[in-house]
This record gives sequence, C-alpha cells and structure tokens, in this order.
Amino acid sequence: MELIPQLLVNGVLYGSLLALPAIGFTMIFAVLRFPNFAVASIATLGAFAGWVANVPMGLPILLAVVAAFVIAGIVGVLTDDLVLRPMRPHGALTTAIASIALTVVLENIIRFGFGNDLRGYDLPIVRDWRFLDIRVGPQQFENLVLACLIMVILFVFLRYGRFGKAMRAVADNPQLAALKGIPSGTVTRLAMFIAMGLVGVGGILQGLGTAIDPLTGFRFILSIFAAAVVGGLGSIPGAVLGAFVVGIGQELSLVVLDPTYKSAVGFLAILVVLIFRPEGLLGEKRQ
Amino acid sequence: MISYLASIGVTIGIYALLALGINVAWGLTGMINLGMAGFFALGAYASAIATTTGDMPIVIGVVLGCIFAGAAGLLLAAITLRLRGDYLAIITLGCSESIRLFMTNEIWLTRGPDGISNIPGPLRGEITPQDFNLLFLGIMIIVLIVVVILLRNLANGPYGRALRAIRDDDVVAAVAGKPVGRLRLEAFALGAGLLGLAGALFGHYQSYIAPDMFLPLITIYIFLALTAGGPGNMLGAVLGAALVVFVLEGTRFVHDLIPGLSIVQVAAVREISVGVLLILALRFRPKGLVPERTLRSAEVGLPHGGERTR
Repeated sequence: MELIPQLLVNGVLYGSLLALPAIGFTMIFAVLRFPNFAVASIATLGAFAGWVANVPMGLPILLAVVAAFVIAGIVGVLTDDLVLRPMRPHGALTTAIASIALTVVLENIIRFGFGNDLRGYDLPIVRDWRFLDIRVGPQQFENLVLACLIMVILFVFLRYGRFGKAMRAVADNPQLAALKGIPSGTVTRLAMFIAMGLVGVGGILQGLGTAIDPLTGFRFILSIFAAAVVGGLGSIPGAVLGAFVVGIGQELSLVVLDPTYKSAVGFLAILVVLIFRPEGLLGEKRQ
Repeated sequence: MISYLASIGVTIGIYALLALGINVAWGLTGMINLGMAGFFALGAYASAIATTTGDMPIVIGVVLGCIFAGAAGLLLAAITLRLRGDYLAIITLGCSESIRLFMTNEIWLTRGPDGISNIPGPLRGEITPQDFNLLFLGIMIIVLIVVVILLRNLANGPYGRALRAIRDDDVVAAVAGKPVGRLRLEAFALGAGLLGLAGALFGHYQSYIAPDMFLPLITIYIFLALTAGGPGNMLGAVLGAALVVFVLEGTRFVHDLIPGLSIVQVAAVREISVGVLLILALRFRPKGLVPERTLRSAEVGLPHGGERTR
C-alpha cells in the first residue's frame, strides 16, 4: 500500500500547521491558567489580515504571514486587556466563558466586514511534487518549513532570552516573580502578543491550503485543543509533540473512517490521553 | 400576532429549560458544560427518531430524549470526573462538536445534513397553526412550572446545599462527608437530561431538526440567560431566558433602523450584541439581576447559629 506513507506525510504537514496555534493556546494557559477560546476567532483574524495584505494590497505571502502575526498579536493583546483581564478575578471558568463570547464577537465583526463568502489567496498554481508515489504540494512544503523555522526561533527566544526566563517565572509563581521585580503585566502582554500572533499565523497557513471564511478558525479549534491537551496543557514542547500526534492520527484515521470525522479524532485523542495520562504526554503533574 | 407571541413564548420556554439544565451543573455545582448544544441535539434526535422511524408516541419520545441525553452526560462526567474544570470546559466543547459531526455523517440514522422533517407534534394538523402554538405554549408552561418547582425544592433542600458546598469548595465538602464524586455525576447527568428534554420539545415544536441548528453559538445565548438571571437561581434562569429572546427578537429590527445592511450583516450584529451583553453581564453582574440568596442557619434549621458569609 502506498496509502499509509502518503497519509504519514500528510499528517506531518498537517501537524506542522497545528503546532503554531497549539503553542499559542498552551502558552496562554501556562501564564494565565485558563483555556482561551478566543484563539478560534484570532486564527480567523490572522487568515483575513493575511488575505488583505496578499490580495487587495498585492503583497507576497511571506509579508502576508507577517501581517497575520502582527494583527492577530495586537488584537489579541487589546481584547485581552479590554475584555478578559478584568474577568480574571472572577475565576478561570468565568474567563473561559467570556472568551467564548469574545470569539463570537470577533468572528461576527469579521463576518460583518467580509461576509460569508469563501476567499482564496493569490498563489501561483504549481504542480505537486512526487517522490516515489508520495505527493506533496510545494505550498504545503513551504508551510512546513516556515512553521518549523518559526518554532526554532521561538524555542531559542524562550530558552535563552531574558523574556523566556521571565515568562517561566511568571507562569510558575506570579507572586514570587513580582517580588523579584519581574514586571508581570508586561511579561503577560508580551506572552499574549506572541501566542496570539502564532495563532494568527496558524490561521493563515491553514487558509493557504484551502480558502477562508469567518469559520476558518472555528473548524480548526478542536484539533488545536486536542494538540495542546494531548501534549499536556501549559507545555510548549508538549504542544508541538501533541500537534504531530494529532495531525498524524487524524490523517491515519482516514484508513478506517470517513474524512468528515477527522476532527472528531482529535476529541477521541483528548479522551484517551485524559483517561490514561491526565497530565498529557509532556505535562507536569500538578495539584 | 397571537401566533407570533406564542412562538416567542415557546422559544423562551426552550431557552429557559436549557438555562435550568446548565444551572444545575454550573450554577449549583460549579461544573462547566460548554457542550450544551450536543446534549440539546441528542435529546432532539432521540425523540425525533423514536417518533418518526420508531413510530412511538410523543410522550415516550420525549422521555427517551431526556434519558438518552442524561445517560450521555453521566458517561462524559464519569470519564472526566478526576479532571479539573478547565479540562472539562475543553472536553465538553469538543464533545458537542463530535456529536454534531455524528449527526451530519450517520445518514442512515439521522438523515445527515438534510435533517429529520415531519416530526409529529401534539394535535398538529388537526387544529389550526395558531391553536397549535397556543397548545404547545400551554404544555411548555406546565413543563417549566413542574421543572422549576422540582429544582427549587432540590436546590433549597439538603441535596442542593451539598451541591453548593461542592461548588464553593469541594475539599471542604469532602471533609464534611459529602460524596463529592457521586453528587457531581448526578448533577451533571440531571443537567444533561434537562438539556435533552429541551431538545426533544424543540424538535416536536419545530417539526424539523438538522445538525446546523445545534451550533455552539446557542451556548452563549444560554450562558447570557443564566448570568443575567443569576446563577444558582431557578426563577432567574427563566427570566434570563426571556431577556435573551427579547434581545434576539429585538435585533431583528436593526434591519429597519439601518437600511442597506445585508441579511448576513444583520445576523452578525445580532450575534455581536449577544456576545457583548454576555461580556458585560459577566463583568458587572456576575451574580445576576436576581442574586442567589445566602441561606441563614435559622432558615435551614442548623442547630447552632452561625451565618454563612460569602
């Protein structure tokens, strides 16, 4: 069967798309300890910001990706300051509910402006590459390279930069971090900017393969949660691993399941992991 | 006009039942259920399939819908019992999406995206549509009164106090000898059963259901109803449901106020206003318009005086 290798390759390609928004979702969880469902509309926003840069403004895709990062990051920080930050004293679950309301508002602002029509990016039409019966689209391959590059930069930045250390300190113990003179407000905002920026890039990369509409981010969100939970909520390497596990799992499921069930596989993965290893593959046990 | 008002009344009743279902899990016990749309759909589909394909009477269908959704809630709660609330939020949301995928794909059972039509309603076809709306409104009001009375008794009795204790601090509740795990399972399943009841009635009223009617969007409608009415308060949930339906119906007139908007834009304005209202309600009135009354020890008959403060 040539089918299985092809599905594996597809799974790796899809996993790389999932990894960036999953990192964003898990980063917000690590620092602020609540599941931020606004990632759905922020991913859509990134896709649309990139579309505006690419189609009406005629910029190349790479600049469109930058636009997606910046716009999604800025809107993520502003809406968090305005809507979610004042909600946090009411508890993580109330904040999570508010983040669903926020995602509905943002999604419908996009719908108000752009309507429900499908929109495609301005991409050159190219033939798929073939290696021994395995087909790969050059655009998919570019996405993979881009996603990996962004992950490497992020890893170096968080692992060796001062910000990474400060973010881990705030995530670990906000009071202690504040005592040590780490400006937790600034660190939180910067973490939110990077996280939502990554979610926005995830949105545009996902859109490049197909077309976008106001529900682009929402369709994608179950797989993002699955990646973050499977890897262990709050763990960035976990989110990357979880993204590839879920991506490959969803593609391999095509052997036995109808393609429309793909995103349900993510849900199944969440259940299996939570039953057998509730802290996720790379998560820490917490009380 | 009477028919329109009656149909608004029925919609309020459905939303009120949904809000009550969420109230048992979230308002009383503090368990989040973002998969509301899924249980709503399960109840609607179970009852619709039983009464169309299965040819059973409507009452049996409604009971089946209720039991089916409740059992699904019990199963989900049992799987996730050991997990923290934030995981429950993600899982319940994922569950409702998976249920919708199932409804869309298992065409042999659910007729897929086409949905199920010709679901029987009480005396539908034998009386005028206006009388049917009024009859259904009457049934709805009776069901609501029964459910509200039962839940109020439950909430104000020892059982409800135990649930509230779990919501406020599950460790303290466990130390006080409450079977926290079992109570959580029961509360979540009871809530899911009420969501199923709402779904079953919805199907019999509409006579047509399809997977697209059970989008997660309805979850924020209901959380708005619940937050506006006051979590933990049963009558408040009904009032909140009325408020949400008035907002939804009211924003229909946006089209007349601002000419030149497309239908999609009007719908977007409606969802934006519901979302903004929910955010404002959570921010400024988290205890609702009708805050939960803190029971004093004299009222619950505890031996020693000692006021519970929050």
